[in-house]
Amino acid sequence: MAPKPNEYGPPRRHLEDPPWVRRSLIAAALLVLTLLIVVPMASVFYQALRPGLSDYWGHLVGDRETRHAILLTLFVAPLAVLANVVFGVAAAWAVARYRFPGRTLLVTLIDLPFSVSPVVAGLLFVLLFGRNGYFGPALEEWGIRVLFTVPGLILVTTFVTLPFVARELIPLLESLGPEEELAAVSLGASGWQMFRLVTLPNIQWGLLYGVILANTRAMGEFGAVYVVSGKIAGATDTMPLRVEKLMMEYDSPAAFAVASLLTLLAATTLLLKALVERKMKQQLTDAPG
Amino acid sequence: MRTALLILGFCILVPAVAAGLIAYDALREPADITFLNASNDPTRELWRAVNRKFIAEYAAETGLRVEIRQSHGGSASQARAILDGLQADVATLGFWFDTDMLRRGGLVAADWESRLPHRACPYHSTIVFVVRRGNPKNIRDWPDLVRDGMRVITPNPKTSGNGKLAFLAAWGTIRCRGGTDDEAREFVREFYSHVPVMDTGARGATTTFAQNGIGDVHLTWENEARLEVSESGGALEVVYPPISILAEPPVTVIDSVVDRRGTRAVAERYLLRLFDRPYQELLAENHLRPIDPEILAKYADRFPQIELFPITRIAAGWGAAQDRFFSLGGEFDQLYLPKQK
Amino acid sequence: MTSANRHVLPGLRLSLSVTGLYLLLLVIIPLAACVIRAVQLSPAEFVAAALTRRALAAVALTFGASFVAAFVDVALGLLVAWVLVRYDFPMRKFADALVDLPFALPTAVAGLVYASLYSDGGWIGQWLTPLGFHVAYTRLGIVVVLVFLGLPFVVRTVQPVLEGFDAEVEEAAASLGATRWQTFRAVLLPQLTPALLTGFALALARALGEYGSVIFISGNMPFRTEIASKLIVEQLEQFNEGGATAIAVVLLGASFIMLGVVNWLERRRAYYGA
Repeated sequence: MAPKPNEYGPPRRHLEDPPWVRRSLIAAALLVLTLLIVVPMASVFYQALRPGLSDYWGHLVGDRETRHAILLTLFVAPLAVLANVVFGVAAAWAVARYRFPGRTLLVTLIDLPFSVSPVVAGLLFVLLFGRNGYFGPALEEWGIRVLFTVPGLILVTTFVTLPFVARELIPLLESLGPEEELAAVSLGASGWQMFRLVTLPNIQWGLLYGVILANTRAMGEFGAVYVVSGKIAGATDTMPLRVEKLMMEYDSPAAFAVASLLTLLAATTLLLKALVERKMKQQLTDAPG
Repeated sequence: MRTALLILGFCILVPAVAAGLIAYDALREPADITFLNASNDPTRELWRAVNRKFIAEYAAETGLRVEIRQSHGGSASQARAILDGLQADVATLGFWFDTDMLRRGGLVAADWESRLPHRACPYHSTIVFVVRRGNPKNIRDWPDLVRDGMRVITPNPKTSGNGKLAFLAAWGTIRCRGGTDDEAREFVREFYSHVPVMDTGARGATTTFAQNGIGDVHLTWENEARLEVSESGGALEVVYPPISILAEPPVTVIDSVVDRRGTRAVAERYLLRLFDRPYQELLAENHLRPIDPEILAKYADRFPQIELFPITRIAAGWGAAQDRFFSLGGEFDQLYLPKQK
Repeated sequence: MTSANRHVLPGLRLSLSVTGLYLLLLVIIPLAACVIRAVQLSPAEFVAAALTRRALAAVALTFGASFVAAFVDVALGLLVAWVLVRYDFPMRKFADALVDLPFALPTAVAGLVYASLYSDGGWIGQWLTPLGFHVAYTRLGIVVVLVFLGLPFVVRTVQPVLEGFDAEVEEAAASLGATRWQTFRAVLLPQLTPALLTGFALALARALGEYGSVIFISGNMPFRTEIASKLIVEQLEQFNEGGATAIAVVLLGASFIMLGVVNWLERRRAYYGA
């Protein structure tokens, strides 16, 4: 493209692009980020707050069904994450510390939910637990219902967030290597002591990172819960479903109010994520060797 | 360790607090009885009003506090959800066949239609047109809908009661005006070639037309049309065609659910009350045509007199209409071929 | 990590049984149910559900829009990653943090706000409408929101590779008389290609399954702006679980192929090293 004047000169500042290139690239990148990300975020808050602060508060807290949706999201997401924390630690330990037949298959299975469309994820559970599903009628006789109930919401949310914690921990454990743990065991530590005193401190930031990612996805999940929730206001509506319902009821300021809350959650997530990333880097540089 | 405790704390304390607050909310307004009304899309505002009235009335009479939950969606979608196990105590759907699906699924007694007055239909309604301000395309009657370049918004007949009624209305107007089945089929085929969007429910179609600004005319429930126009702040208006279909949306309690949950008494009372004067007035205020002739007369100015033909003009009944027009491979499947661009 | 671990490190049986049981209950049984349901469909039923012109149009749109969006993401993502790694400017850290927002933001919110921004009277739409561009409720709208969702995947896979580049390579190229553009095209881009491909595949996989944001902005017109996920929901709402399953199987198959490609690329990348 642009010929450089000092083609045969000594290679000075060769790694720097000419200022006009630099400036226009920076401008272009910032434009992309502004149009794609900043403007939409600003617009969420603008539309939510336009009717005034007291209305905003009323939309969020004054409306019983919205309040319920917010609380339900805060109930469902952490429980789904908890299940995946237990699973993630176990899976990472098995996969990173041992070689066994079917190990690759196991990793693939852990990754699978990530590539299943949320709507399809919901469908899977309808096929299992619907009245015409494989388990639905049998469970019904026991008086257990999964579809259109809060446990059903937790179940699909767990499914869609399944890979996050495990995916974060497996490479971390692999890179840490088993030496410290082997040393602990040879010094007579029990399994639990080894886990608590050696493994857990080593993986804590990675674990937290996975939890943050999983929780973000869990709180924002739409497609999968849309299929299994039954959309009962005040009972099985989560925050994202409430956004859609309010939109359907011509109440767009209230929809944007709930959306703004979700956006705040996302922003908080980013902040926490940045903090944890810094901690992880520190740990990496502090680590001996 | 601190981090691990933090994670555990978050995963256990936050849900615990949330559950506590939900319980506290429920305690603050304790309900003696809770039941769920699964309903079709365009009646959100109606049921909000009815529920408020019924809760107050029931508390005054019995001292018991009822909490009524609502679930809304396309009429057929709601029936599917109930068949899939949605624990609705009453179903107030938009289309007879969807309610009858619940009987076929064994959830509702065979005599559901005769358990309530007026074949279980507390109100009538019809399909009308909504057009842009000033009716720029001068749409007055059904044949206008298939003029060149006309874009018609109506929801999918497969999922929506509104969609089915619009289909049947289009078909029936031809038949009522002396046309043959073949002419009706040709008209309806033409009609659907003018439909650029098919939403699953009535409310989705309203959003498409009113907010997304797609289409020249929107075929919808009379009450939805009125609401849509009043929400539009003058950008839309209603047009009554000279003839349209008489819609008879039925209501029923869902026997399998009310018997298990012990809510039969309150649910039956809830539905029965709909046929009484105060509730008939409420229906009229929400632009649904009351069954009670006196109330209808009182609100006559809200309901322009147009010819409403009953379903029996084109089929033996609502069930027969469903089978003929909307079953897999039925009339709709055969004639719905999309416009190729 | 040799077989010695097996004898020394405790917890294999516990961790493996927890993992296996969990995967069995949450992943294997549900997917098996789907496969069994699909197998139970007669070929005619399968064809009637998954291979109607409408379903094919929806699947084609899903793939088409996802591919276009992923391509755009590669271009924009490379630009953003390049600027974030190579240049210093005010608020660089802030811009860097912003990149993750599409990942963190619930998709329903993304769809809601994009639909309102790009509708004909919206903040951005009002400038585009006079130029003849309609974004909301068109295919373009679907692509725009998918570009938003996929951006972080490309940026975050390209960024570490760019950071890891050895300055000497570029110096060598420059000393041999290559212009910056030539260096970029002949030296940097080939090394970036695997990362770009991974980012592309990740953005694509994300876009293929997307539902929440798209239904808000697409208008859901059959044959025009209706995506496969929407069609699945609609089949479900029509009592047609078989039909929903058939379309789901097509979509699942496609996603698994994508997953396979991503894994293959990553293994290749690990093998060649960056």
